[in-house]
Amino acid sequence: MIGSTLISVLIVSAIGAALAAVLVVSEYFIGNYGECRIVISDDREWKVQGGRNLLSILTAEKIFIPSACGGRGTCGLCKLKVLEGAGNILPTEEPYLSKEERAAKVRLCCQVKVKKDLRILIPRELLTIQEYATRCTRIINLTHDIKLFRLQLIEPATMDYVPGQYVQMRTPVYEKSSVEVYRAYSIASDPADKSIIELIIRLVPNGICTTYCFKYLREGDEVRINGPYGDFRLSDTEAPIIFIAGGSGMAPIKCILHHMKNVGSKRPAVYYFGANKTGELFYTDLMRQWESQLRSFRFVPVVASVEGRETWNGEVGLVTQAVQRSVNNGPECEAYLCGSPGMIDASIKVLEGLGVTDNRIFYDKFS
Amino acid sequence: MSIGAEIQESFVVMVAAIFTQNILLTYFLGLCSFIGVSREIKGAVGLGLAVIFVITTTTLLNWIAYHYVLVPLGLESFRFILFIIIIAAFVQFVEMVVERYSPFLYQQLGVFLPLITVNCAIFGAALFMVIREYTFIVTIGYSLGSGIGWFLAILAMAGIRQKMAIDRIPRGLQGPGITLILAGLMALAFIGFAGVLQGR
Repeated sequence: MIGSTLISVLIVSAIGAALAAVLVVSEYFIGNYGECRIVISDDREWKVQGGRNLLSILTAEKIFIPSACGGRGTCGLCKLKVLEGAGNILPTEEPYLSKEERAAKVRLCCQVKVKKDLRILIPRELLTIQEYATRCTRIINLTHDIKLFRLQLIEPATMDYVPGQYVQMRTPVYEKSSVEVYRAYSIASDPADKSIIELIIRLVPNGICTTYCFKYLREGDEVRINGPYGDFRLSDTEAPIIFIAGGSGMAPIKCILHHMKNVGSKRPAVYYFGANKTGELFYTDLMRQWESQLRSFRFVPVVASVEGRETWNGEVGLVTQAVQRSVNNGPECEAYLCGSPGMIDASIKVLEGLGVTDNRIFYDKFS
Repeated sequence: MSIGAEIQESFVVMVAAIFTQNILLTYFLGLCSFIGVSREIKGAVGLGLAVIFVITTTTLLNWIAYHYVLVPLGLESFRFILFIIIIAAFVQFVEMVVERYSPFLYQQLGVFLPLITVNCAIFGAALFMVIREYTFIVTIGYSLGSGIGWFLAILAMAGIRQKMAIDRIPRGLQGPGITLILAGLMALAFIGFAGVLQGR
């Protein structure tokens, strides 16, 4: 009985295996489209093994096209312009493409199988996300728990980013962590120099990445980052700006201010920067210098409490209280916030109370 | 049975499979792709033709596998597994070949092939041909008829749905809801054919 069952199972398995073998062999001979060339936006090209769909090939080449369904043709997100070599639009793509898109040769790249040389266009934002090898050239103490890390890009040598964006930094395997981790940090450096990325990092007790940066990373070490990411950036309006930041939230605001100085922006801007005590303020001299260089920029440091014999003639209290006290043109303003979730939520509440509409409040929340 | 009688029988079975015993409208098999791809006539024709091809070829392949492999080995109870494997492998193979050698055919029919692999009408036809003990020649008529019947059903449905696109359908019934109701009405209409071939 057991013997005959076993034999039956074996026979059926053998038939299945034989069919699978036929498929594998025919895949090798029939499904083999040889080497194909893909040219991206006319300035990059490489050779790939044909036969797979465009989305998976691009992902393998570290070009990350948004896709929610994982290439099954049901989300319609992975749209790209394929100028040459994709053949006709397939019935599976039709429901997702409008008339204008069809005319512009937009395709769902998960449905486009690479069978011959392709010429495609990829939006610049997607192309610029890549991995960078860098060297840490300076580490500067800003406060007792915040440091600035200056990274010199090695390969690629420059990063094209929009002020306000962030990068992800790789922490290698080290004593305190057995896996590689990535953490996001906003770019703080002057965007005029695209070969240097500065990050402002606050030590998080027991944080894997920040502990590595503070205790293990030395000047001269190699650091890997990828990016740039994020849509926190200055709008192109002329509305007066309220910047609010705390701690390492300084980073993207500083980058944006560099940019405003570089382009000679005349937008009125007030920067409220909160700290617990005067010893936690940093870049105050730089900001004072910018106050005289930028047309209408004002820096308002706010400390929560003043210790004993200190002399402090600035704002005291929470940063939100300072905003509450001094902003009187709320409905005209745009607000840019960066800091802890608590600070941002409190700020949004105060700003809305002052008449700043919520579509003009932009923020970058630490998470 | 003589060859002539078999061919005659085959023809009768084919007409029955198209009209009185329509695999979709009488047995309600292959409903998911029927509902999914019946929005436009163009896609429905493509899918319908692909079903005719796959249902005919795989049912015949399965007939051979059943009578020359499973029956001699006494493994009839494994037919479910074997039929599924054969259908899946064959469809995948055909897709590969069509994609390589006939871009036009792939464009028209090939893209539907993965949808059909899991179509229960095709598996159902293979099981019916065993249960009803059809001979090879009769199976040719039966499988062809089943495919044509399925094709007719989805073509009719796509025609109705294309006309219905501008109708005001209650929101809860839009899409699959109204399609199922239509399928039920079509099935009722097809009962009218029942008298054509008594006892089949």
